[in-house]
Amino acid sequence: MSDERLAVRKTYKLYIGGAFPRSESGRSYVVVDSDGAFLANAAQGSRKDVRDAVVAARKAQPRWAGATAYNRGQVLYRVAEMLDSRRSQFAEAVASSEGTSQEEAAASVDAAVDRWVWYAGWSDKVAQVAGSSNPVAGPFFNFSVPEPTGVVGVVAPQASSLLGLVSVLAPVLLTGNTAVVIASETRPLPAVTLAEVLATSDLPGGVVNLITGRVAELAPVLAAHRDVDALDLAGAPASLLVELERAAVTNVKRVLRPGAAESDWTEAPTPRRMLAFLETKTVWHPIGL
Amino acid sequence: MESEAMTTVQSGSGATGRLTFEKGSRPFPDTEAVGSSIVGAGKVAAGEMLADLHRSESDLRRFLHGLPGVDQVGADARAASLATRSIKTSAKLWALEMAVAMVDLTTLEGADTPGKVMSLCAKARRPDPGDPSVPPVAAVCIYPDLVPVAKRALAGSSVKVASVATAFPSGRASLEVKLADVRDAVKAGADEVDMVIDRGAFLSGRYGLVLEEVQAVKSACGEAHLKVILETGELVTYDNVRRAGYLAMLGGADFIKTSTGKVSPAATLPVALVMLEAVRDFAELTGALVGVKVAGGIRSAKDAIRYLVIVNETVGEAWLEPSLFRFGASSLLNDLLRQRSKQLRGSYAGSEDFSIE
Amino acid sequence: MTESYPTHKSEGAVGAGPVDQPRGIDDPPGRLVAADRPEQIFEYAPAPESRSIVHLRSSYGLFIDGAFVEPVDGNAYKTENPATEEVLAEIAAAGLEDVDRAVEAAGRAQKTVWGPMSGAERAKYLFRIARIMQERSRELAVLESLDNGKPIRESRDVDVPLAAAHFFYYAGWADKLDYAGFGPNPAPIGVAGQVIPWNFPLMMAAWKLAPALAAGNTCVLKPASTTPLSALLLAEIIQQADLPPGVVNVITGAGSLAGAALVAHPGIDKVAFTGSTEVGKDLQRALAGTGKHLTLELGGKAANIVFEDAPLDEAIEGIVNGIFFNQGEVCCAGSRLLVQESIADTVVERLKRRLATLRVGDPLDKNTDLGAINNAAQLDKIRELAAAGEAEGAVRWSPSCTLPDRGYWFAPTVFTNVSQAHRIAQEEIFGPVLSVLTFRTPEEAVAKANNTVYGLSAGVWTEKGSRILWMAGQLRAGVVWANSFNRFDPTSPFGGYRESGFGREGGRQGLGAYLDV
Repeated sequence: MSDERLAVRKTYKLYIGGAFPRSESGRSYVVVDSDGAFLANAAQGSRKDVRDAVVAARKAQPRWAGATAYNRGQVLYRVAEMLDSRRSQFAEAVASSEGTSQEEAAASVDAAVDRWVWYAGWSDKVAQVAGSSNPVAGPFFNFSVPEPTGVVGVVAPQASSLLGLVSVLAPVLLTGNTAVVIASETRPLPAVTLAEVLATSDLPGGVVNLITGRVAELAPVLAAHRDVDALDLAGAPASLLVELERAAVTNVKRVLRPGAAESDWTEAPTPRRMLAFLETKTVWHPIGL
Repeated sequence: MESEAMTTVQSGSGATGRLTFEKGSRPFPDTEAVGSSIVGAGKVAAGEMLADLHRSESDLRRFLHGLPGVDQVGADARAASLATRSIKTSAKLWALEMAVAMVDLTTLEGADTPGKVMSLCAKARRPDPGDPSVPPVAAVCIYPDLVPVAKRALAGSSVKVASVATAFPSGRASLEVKLADVRDAVKAGADEVDMVIDRGAFLSGRYGLVLEEVQAVKSACGEAHLKVILETGELVTYDNVRRAGYLAMLGGADFIKTSTGKVSPAATLPVALVMLEAVRDFAELTGALVGVKVAGGIRSAKDAIRYLVIVNETVGEAWLEPSLFRFGASSLLNDLLRQRSKQLRGSYAGSEDFSIE
Repeated sequence: MTESYPTHKSEGAVGAGPVDQPRGIDDPPGRLVAADRPEQIFEYAPAPESRSIVHLRSSYGLFIDGAFVEPVDGNAYKTENPATEEVLAEIAAAGLEDVDRAVEAAGRAQKTVWGPMSGAERAKYLFRIARIMQERSRELAVLESLDNGKPIRESRDVDVPLAAAHFFYYAGWADKLDYAGFGPNPAPIGVAGQVIPWNFPLMMAAWKLAPALAAGNTCVLKPASTTPLSALLLAEIIQQADLPPGVVNVITGAGSLAGAALVAHPGIDKVAFTGSTEVGKDLQRALAGTGKHLTLELGGKAANIVFEDAPLDEAIEGIVNGIFFNQGEVCCAGSRLLVQESIADTVVERLKRRLATLRVGDPLDKNTDLGAINNAAQLDKIRELAAAGEAEGAVRWSPSCTLPDRGYWFAPTVFTNVSQAHRIAQEEIFGPVLSVLTFRTPEEAVAKANNTVYGLSAGVWTEKGSRILWMAGQLRAGVVWANSFNRFDPTSPFGGYRESGFGREGGRQGLGAYLDV
């Protein structure tokens, strides 16, 4: 007779519109750890799930973009606080997904939280760095402001299951965009755990949507979707890049290609990932009596 | 002599979209009406409108403040763009001569004497002693006490005597004094009276007072034509220019005029544009055709022609005559003559080729 | 000389000023005007410096590696004056080998000369180019009007000054890139392949070359096939400025051949394209997976929104400028008038009245407001869409207008009774055709304005400042003009949302397209 307690295993569902639905396809797939041992059954998202996620993201976008930058920063800071308070849970998830030691995993989680904090602080500053007052040669007050591009489709990094994810997601959010994220295919657990944190945070439903499943099946749907404004291909496999970039052309999406410098995500980021999803709007206003 | 016959407006915006005004009579003592006119019809419309507004200061304010605003940058840009029009040589000659015929040759100095005014009148009758084909100017513009001198000097010519009045240039005196000023001028024989509006009243929002004064002066003018000086330099904003223009027109002005010439800035192309737009709109509303006089700071023929272009493209050809457009100027005349001479002779005139007065 | 312009100024010529009866026996007595009152009082004069300032060669080569050279296979085509259909010159048609030569030259120049050069030195070259452009501005303006068909007043007062200003502006950035907001020591991308359209040939060349060069890139520029001349004159100016060979190369020819080959060339690191959304998409597709940097400036269907409290006379000017500037062949043209229903009738009436003074005619005439359409293909497109507008029930109107027999001409046209579902409300016409729609509330104006796949520009006319800013915030457009339209400046970033493209030209932000950050 065994003394070991039977685990109550977690069901890993999708995160869409602030809720945790199963895939409408009813499918799931097995997630294993670095040794090949069973970790979980994750929902295997379908094209319809992606569609629903985009709808949710679009619906949430005006309100999220319309919140003050200060407000967005506050929401994101609080998410960082929640992440920090669950460091051990995340370290566990990262270690088992990536096969790292506990120390390495803990360091990775610390870096992820710090990165989230770094990005949170940008929300009420990026306009001052990306915007400008332009000295035009005429009686006009002319200013440029950055605005979020809208709904961003994100293919999260395959290997770096938390730090990489956070590094691609945070800049999308602080700038007022909403996201449809395709999690790492083989290492989705930290992402789903993050979704649980987001669901209990002040982040409105629909601002982040997370789909687990086969990247090769899901990414093209996102890339071809005409109501997605931009695409982050950080985690897209090289074999898919051409197909995805071509699909993105349908509505002239802004496409952020994978960067060479981002292979392990430890390097300090630049404003690049924020600027990639910002539009510059320039306004001319006459100055007169 | 006819009373104020107004013409109806036939605004053609149908097939061609072009605004046309039927030319009609402008009550000028020695000209005849041209074209058809329906006596009084336009006046009735203006009168009705006036009656409505006259009910209360607040109605008048609401009306004036309800007029479309003027964007300064846009108006300046439009005027500047019109200033780049270049007209054909043959048309230029006509334009120069028309401009001469539109001049109100002016002297308004404390140091004016009968001698000075007689000299001015001689120039007015015959701007170029060496060339009788140059038309006389439209009028001379002087202070009221010198009207008798001018009347004698201009007897038998078509040149009118315009007198400033109403405590010109400031207008700061009681209504009685201002009306007495007008009556003196009219009694002495002035054909036209150039009054100033009360800018203090306007800028403190007492529109009714401004309107009443115009009406009182118009009444005191009798048969004389009334030009109402807005003093746009003191009004500052184009919105104010538009509103003051309407007040003057509602009060019965025959002409609205930019400036006394004693305050800078005086006439400018954008201000003229705004006033012409007001005149155009007023004509559409009421049928009354009101003239525009630009005064102060217009020294070159080039400038004068720019004003004529703005007239042409804003209100159309009907206004291109002395009964509806005037230049209040002194040194402009000689520059017009210089340019005319160049057009005719092909070479530039000398600095002493034209009499200084 | 073949350049004598065919007369078209008949009685009915639009804008000649209302004429009616000549003066005669009805003249009142006492009118002492010596000269006869002319039939058209203000007959505006033709441009004095007709074409003599321009020295057109009979044929032009490609500008590669600092010299004008013949294309390898010797192919050529003709460019014409769209106002008269007269041939202006023979132009080289670059083939694949020529593209190769040009890209190679640019690559060499970037690695060995321009890349290593200090920003301060690069700046001085750009200042020189700007200065010479100013000195030869009249020549450039006349040439531009001849080749493109746009009025000389516009090429003289807008195109050429702005082109020079872009060079001046970006010259000053060349040695200050550390402060441009892209991090310390930002590096150029390398060799830029730049394809530009025919609507603002010289200005587009400046918008592309100036920032690219300032950032340390070298360029291969492909002007539009119907408007190569001002780019070739610019190449001459570049020679005069002693710019090192290969830094700028100009290859003329067909977009389908030279343009396609250029953007596909492995030696090109960065592609910048301005043109139609359709071609832009083809380009984006062709570049998929190549790793080449890309910026696109595509089409538009801008809403010019007039509220009931707009400054009316200026709004009318803004509407006219918005759609008739450059014959409406402008990506950011205000091609949809969205007028508040309460003043719609007044606005349309005043607009029609104003359009009667619009002068259509010889582009070299300083008084011309509306010139020729650039090419026959575009004229066909405009005609097709205008016909579609009529067929779908909109009401078509033009001022009375006599168009010349030769050349490509289209009368200014206004469609009223247009609804969102009409083709003429959704498709870019790229010609002097305005579609008028109405709205009731600011929210409805925003919804209608944003109801398009495009997002390049918009205009807002109202006297209420807070509403201007609210509207500006709501409109999905890269440029919002309040109580104005079609204003440009080198310091002011320009570019679109959505299918109007991505990336910005002008301003500090415009450097981002040419830095590897």
